[in-house]
This record gives sequence, C-alpha cells and structure tokens, in this order.
Amino acid sequence: MIAARDLAKSYRTAAKEPGFYGTLRHFFHRRYRSIDAVKGISFSIEPGEIVGFLGPNGAGKTTALKMLTGLIHPTAGSVQVAGHTPFSREHAFLRRITLVMGQKQQLIWDLPVLDSLRINAAVYDIEPAEAKNRVEELSRMLGLKEQLTQPVRKLSLGERMKAELMASLLHRPEVLFLDEPTLGLDVNAQAAVRKFLLEYNALYGATILLTSHYMADIVALCKRVMMIHEGRLIYDGSLDAVLERFAPYREVKLELKQEARAEDLRSFGEVESVDGREARLIVRRDDLTQTLERLLGTLEIVDLTVSDPPIERVIGKIFHDGASAVPKTELAATPT
Amino acid sequence: MLRRFWRKAWAIVSVNHALMNEYRAEIVLWALSGLLPLVLMGVWMNVSRGGQFGMQPVDFARYFFAVFVIGQFTTVWVVWEFEGDVVEGRLSPLLLQPIDPVVRYLGMHVGERITRVVFIVLFCAVFFGLYPGAVWWPGWANLGTAMIVVALAFAMRFAMQYTVALVGFWTERASAIESLTFLCFMFLAGRIAPLAVYPEGLRRVLWWTPFPYIVDFPVTILLGHEADPWPKAAVMLGWLAFFILLNRITWRRGLRHYSAMGA
Repeated sequence: MIAARDLAKSYRTAAKEPGFYGTLRHFFHRRYRSIDAVKGISFSIEPGEIVGFLGPNGAGKTTALKMLTGLIHPTAGSVQVAGHTPFSREHAFLRRITLVMGQKQQLIWDLPVLDSLRINAAVYDIEPAEAKNRVEELSRMLGLKEQLTQPVRKLSLGERMKAELMASLLHRPEVLFLDEPTLGLDVNAQAAVRKFLLEYNALYGATILLTSHYMADIVALCKRVMMIHEGRLIYDGSLDAVLERFAPYREVKLELKQEARAEDLRSFGEVESVDGREARLIVRRDDLTQTLERLLGTLEIVDLTVSDPPIERVIGKIFHDGASAVPKTELAATPT
Repeated sequence: MLRRFWRKAWAIVSVNHALMNEYRAEIVLWALSGLLPLVLMGVWMNVSRGGQFGMQPVDFARYFFAVFVIGQFTTVWVVWEFEGDVVEGRLSPLLLQPIDPVVRYLGMHVGERITRVVFIVLFCAVFFGLYPGAVWWPGWANLGTAMIVVALAFAMRFAMQYTVALVGFWTERASAIESLTFLCFMFLAGRIAPLAVYPEGLRRVLWWTPFPYIVDFPVTILLGHEADPWPKAAVMLGWLAFFILLNRITWRRGLRHYSAMGA
C-alpha cells in the first residue's frame, strides 16, 4: 500500500542572529542553511497494517508524513501510496488518504461540527443519505452525539480530536496518516481514540501510519514500528523485537530477608535502586540464568521477579543514543 | 456532474453564510468601515456648489452613494485569509482535499455577501430617508446590466487580490503588496473622485488599467449614465481572463515552491 525508496528531503532555511545587529545583517545579507530533514529512507507497508512511526522531535517524522501525503516534494527517491505518486496530488489519490495533524485543521471553529461534515461530504461527493449514515456510524464509534450540534470552540480537547477524526474519515480513506492523534488528551480520551482506530482498521482494513510520543498508543495499536533518528531509519520491525534488539538486559526485583547495601549487590549487576529490603538490579540477558543462580545461592531471598524494562525507557534510550544504539552490522541489515 | 457541482457550491456557500451570520456584528462594522465614499460625498457636494466640475451636488451624492453600495459587493479580503492559512499552517489540510482551495475562498465571499445584503438594504432606506432628493431609479435595463457588471467587477477584484495573495507562497506578508494596490484603487478607480472630473488625458490612460472597471464603470451604469456598456464589459472579461491565467501560473509555481520548502 505504501512503498518508499531512498526518500530524502532537504530544504533551505534562513539563519538569523538575534538582536538589532542580527536583524540588520539579516536584512542586507541574508544567510541560509540547508537542512537534511530526511536522509534516504526506504520501507514498505502492506494493506491493513498499523505501523508506529517513532522518533524524537525534529527526527524527520512529520516531513516524511508530508512527503507520503504529497504535501511536499521529495528531494530524492520515490514513493507510491495506494498506487499513486503522492505529490501529483490527483483527486483519485486524495480521496483515498487522510492526514490528521493536530486538532484545528478541518473543523470550522465557530460552527457546529455537522457544518464542517456537510462541507466535507459535498467535497468528497458523498450522497446526502450515505453521508448521514456515515456520520451516524462514526459518531457511534467515537461516542459523539449532541456534541455534533455544538460549535467546535465549545468542545473539549478530546471531543475536538474525535470530531477532527470524523471529518478526516468521512470519505472512508484507505490510508490514514496520523500525526500525534492523542496529543494533549486525557487518559480516557486517549483510550477512546485508540479503540476507535482499532475498530476502524478492523472494519475497513485501512492502512495506518501514526506518530505518537505516547508509548501507550504504540503498544495498543502497532505490531510494527519504524524508528527515525536525524532523518535516518534506524529500526523497522516488530515492537516485541525492539526489546530483544535494543534492551539486552532484564530487570530483577528482589525482596530480601534482611536489609542490604548497594555494595553487596554490585557483583550481580547494575544496581538501580536499594530501598530497605527491596532492591532492583539490571542484569544482562546473557548472564541472567547464571546471575539468578548466584543470587539464590548467596542471599536470603523472599521474593524475586524478572521483567523486561519498560518500553518507554528502551525507546528513550534509543532516541538518546541515536544511531549509535544500533550495532553497525544491524544498521546495515535493517529491513528498509 | 452539474448536480455534484451545485451540491458542492451550495454546501460551501450555505455553511459560509451560517459562519458569516455568526460574525454579523463584525460584518456591520466592516461595512461601516467602507463609509469613506460618504465622507467624500460631503466634501465634493460642498466643492461642487460653484458648478465648476460639470456636476451638481446631487450628482455627487448619487455617485458616492453608488460607490458605497458597489463597494459593499466588490469588497474582497482573500489576501488576508490566504496569508493566515499559509502562516498558520491551515493551507496544508485544504491541499489534501480533492477541491481547489479557491472554491472555499469564493464560498466565504459569497456567503458573506448574502449576510451583508440585509445591512445594505437597511442602509439604503436610511440614506434615502434622510436625503430624498438623491433618490433615483436607473431603470430595469441599467439595473440588470449593473448587476452583471458588478458581478464581473467582483470576479476581477477577487482574481487580482487572490493573485497578490499567492505571493504569500514566497513571502509571509503578501498583504503588504495589497496595500499598494489599495492605493491604486483609491486614486485610479474613481473612489476618491469621479473619473469625470479627472483631466481628459489621465482619464484616457486610466481606462487602460483595470482599476476604473471595478468602481467608476459599474457606478456610471447604476446611475444610468453609461450608454453603451458592452465594449467596456468585454474589456473587463479580457482583464478577468488575464488575471485568472496569471493566477493559475502563480498558483502552480507557488505550490511547487511551497512543497519544496517544507509546507
């Protein structure tokens, strides 16, 4: 459904120093710098897949999404979405996709949601009876009803996001590009949006590519993730494999019979915390069995739990370390 | 095909009319901000008492009142709307819909115009109530012709300003350029004085520009003074075609620049 090959985007931006002198200099002698936002990424996404697109701020996620939707021309490389070249912006292509970026995009701020939906129905040539059915279906799925007759400005953030999704999906696009669809929403609203996206994907087999800084979104929705860092794709694979690949360690939680000191535990692994009789250790996966044997043989243990480190921490570490987090051999072999 | 077109047009215009009704108080203020012709009316009526301009005070009253009314129908603000959309990132979602954004901008103007009609009718009633001597009837034929020409003038003005707005693809403040064209409209279109009082040579030059066709020409038809309006209407069509062509070329190039720079 989506195929990108060596996709790259560079653009020029004006560089200005602060202050009066900087302003004068900028006026008479404008300087520009080139930004390589996306540096040759390749991937393909099958119909019906939900893929998480992860990366720290400024990594190139939004630029990539804009290239995939045809809003910007790539500097190099090629891309096909639903059989179309996005930046040709053919109407047949635009009818098959949607892009949701933020919560103040499609809706008319001072009018009820239904008015915005009416325009969208007409723009996408949806017959009035069919549009009515779709509005009813989407409002049921999203849990919006009386809110549809309220001015958009009176809606809560969560309701507005849901209404934005309604407006974006009224034409039943096959490919959804979602940029931070749960940004700023409370926990319940986030869960509702996730549930809706899963339902929509199951019902219409839509392909979804979404960016989010909330790992809960990614864990709930995506089996596959792509990670981008400084414009390069540093990982493309299953979410489960992220832990295997980037977190070659386990967290061991201990409850001891007697209080312990950090010095006593250092020989078993990295001591993350010691609090009275409770301690947390980070142990390399390869050494886990041997370390557990030593722990049980050396210390008086009341309880012991082994767990994966939280995904947020792993991803955070990858973003922090960037491409260096990926072994060079793996980077070359990443399925791009 | 035609049915779909009308459905789109009706949805866009009626929703925008609803939107403009939300802003009805602002619209009255915007309409009142176009009162300059009525101020100039007072000035010119005083100046013309000596009869040196070949026009009587009542002629000036009618002229500037017609300038005011026609101004209500030909006012365009697409440059500010488009500039806001580009600067605040609202243009991108519009570009992802299978319809040219110009249809939405046009819909906004038509919707606003419908809201404004009520105000114009009320204002006419008040004006003629206060100054019954200025009442005139242009005749059905002139009224019909004036309506066509005003529609053409609006289309021309819209195409001109929308083309200026498209400069917003390259610079953040296309409205600054529009301020320059506004000056031309003030002095060269017949807003500050009827073209009839301009020197003959200047008048001849001005008719080679698009400006008088948007103010002076529709006004003279509405006053019933234009004997043969169709040659000038044909010139208007020529200007309109020129600006539409220029607009489409600028649109294509601007879009290419916009999508190259990072949208």
